Amino acid sequence: MVRLRGAEKVKSTPQVVEWFLSLHPFWQALVRVLLWIGPLFLILPVLIWFERRLLAWFQDRIGPNRVGTITFSKRNEKLPSFLRGRKISLFGLMQSFADITKAMLKEDITPTAVDKFLFVIAPGLFLFPAFLLGATVPWGPIRALTPVADINIGVLFLLAASSLGVYGVVLAGYSSNNKYSLLGGLRSTAQLISYELSMTVSLAGIALATGDLKFTRFVEAQQQGLWGFDSGLANWFIFTPYGFVAAIVFGICMIAETNRPPFDLPEAENELVAGYNTEYTAKKWVLFMMGEYLGMLTYSAVFATVFLGGWHIVPIRWDWVAEHIPALAWPANAFAALEANFAPIWFLLKMSVGICIYIWIRATLPRLRYDQLMNLGWRTLLPIATTNLIVIATWMVVSRVWGAWAGVLAFAISAGLAYVLYRSVNKLAPGQKGNFESRTITMVEPEVVV
Amino acid sequence: MNGIHPTPELALVAGLAGMAALCAVGVVAFSNAIRSALCLVMNFFLLAVLYFTLGAETVGITQVVVYTGAIMVLFLFVIMLLNIGSPSATREEQDWKRPVGILLGMALFVLVGSQILPGLISVTQPGTPDVYGQPQSIGRAIFSLYVVPFEAVSVLLMVGIVGSILLAKRKF
Repeated sequence: MVRLRGAEKVKSTPQVVEWFLSLHPFWQALVRVLLWIGPLFLILPVLIWFERRLLAWFQDRIGPNRVGTITFSKRNEKLPSFLRGRKISLFGLMQSFADITKAMLKEDITPTAVDKFLFVIAPGLFLFPAFLLGATVPWGPIRALTPVADINIGVLFLLAASSLGVYGVVLAGYSSNNKYSLLGGLRSTAQLISYELSMTVSLAGIALATGDLKFTRFVEAQQQGLWGFDSGLANWFIFTPYGFVAAIVFGICMIAETNRPPFDLPEAENELVAGYNTEYTAKKWVLFMMGEYLGMLTYSAVFATVFLGGWHIVPIRWDWVAEHIPALAWPANAFAALEANFAPIWFLLKMSVGICIYIWIRATLPRLRYDQLMNLGWRTLLPIATTNLIVIATWMVVSRVWGAWAGVLAFAISAGLAYVLYRSVNKLAPGQKGNFESRTITMVEPEVVV
Repeated sequence: MNGIHPTPELALVAGLAGMAALCAVGVVAFSNAIRSALCLVMNFFLLAVLYFTLGAETVGITQVVVYTGAIMVLFLFVIMLLNIGSPSATREEQDWKRPVGILLGMALFVLVGSQILPGLISVTQPGTPDVYGQPQSIGRAIFSLYVVPFEAVSVLLMVGIVGSILLAKRKF
């Protein structure tokens, strides 16, 4: 956050931006990279603590709340009087530092039978795409500072980087020379390839609705009127019907892409010990964990940018309000300034939405079986995402030709048609089981023995 | 070598190209199948970075998505499942195939080189036209000039998918 605050100062004084733009492109790029990577590193320990605390609350525990509590002596004369006997609690915030210290001081064991070279570079290969992912995601309005590269294929870049993530897992599994690790690596490959498709198709729909592949343009498109109408409400994609479907598909896929529960089959401990990272200890294992949490952060950032309106705080178009309701012009302008000047903070809040969903789902759902995973990916998400793409295309064409109302009507008709088609296809193929076996658990009051 | 100035762009392109060439040599030089496959991955990735430095971002990203991200993962998948990583399994016998192979390889190199190299003789700096490889121009080309081949290819892929399902579902 320290670096992000620095960015706001730059925003308030345009001369600094001019000076920044006069620098050599290399230094500009370096600053942009540091402005993205630095905050990620600073958030990481807090995220680990946050996850453990939140999980503990979900599971009716207390969680790590002790580390970092400083208790001052009651009798020591050298202490100032107001500190004597005082207790300063940090809510266990130091837990992550304790964890990391422990992991760093552990013995780093490399088993004899491993492929040494691949064994050492695999964690690095896992970390590399996690850093690469966010290179096109903007966290604020200043084009000079963010995103790292505003290339005109931003979404495709994200997909390409996430497809590289599989190498770290696969090579870790292979080089460990361990059957469990290899199985974990292979599972991960199948999982990542399957879910990448649905993710691509769901993002393709949003790109169609925007008319561009840049993330910065995504943010701009979400400041248009909701559903194509000229109103004060912003068109955040999560509030549009098609965007809502795409958001759900993308949300499931992003959990699968980061190997988080309930999609953590590559490291299913009841079947595979610890999957691809069975043979890893100490620092190398920490790198794997770091890659996973960085992936979580970056995908949450992408989710916030694509579906939750980027760095804007609320789905209200302040410029429209200021123009059409003169009585509210002053507060609207004030809010617009607030929005633009503290953009990184709003963006961080929106990232935390994605992170809370990650943790919430981890605490709620049990791990999927392998066949359930494949069924969900190929037979549920992919058809939904593809249908959604067609429906978005219909909406976009009709609303551009005949206006917003016709677009909504076309959407309703095409969505209804898709549903009827789905039902009739299901009718035509009787005897087909649903994609999921349903299992119910009956909760029974335990008999109390007196 | 007149007309060639050592600019940073040229150094970057030359470095990337040299590394890509080294990786390409590594593909055939390593006796371990996994190492060869990884060299090919590196080669594809460096080629993508080369496209990036030339401003052809769409081509570069397609290279990463299709080759590095999908095809090579399947290669690795198969290599690992068959477990042919050990060098002894892939050793070849010394016989007449080797000189003939070298000869044919050289012939292919000359054939391809004679088509590509003449156009590059007068080139002294890396660079492409502004709109080269942009998503807009590629999309426009695909959906106007090459729309029939594009649709034909998609039908072909569809046939391939249906065929593979037919083969997989066949009862023996």
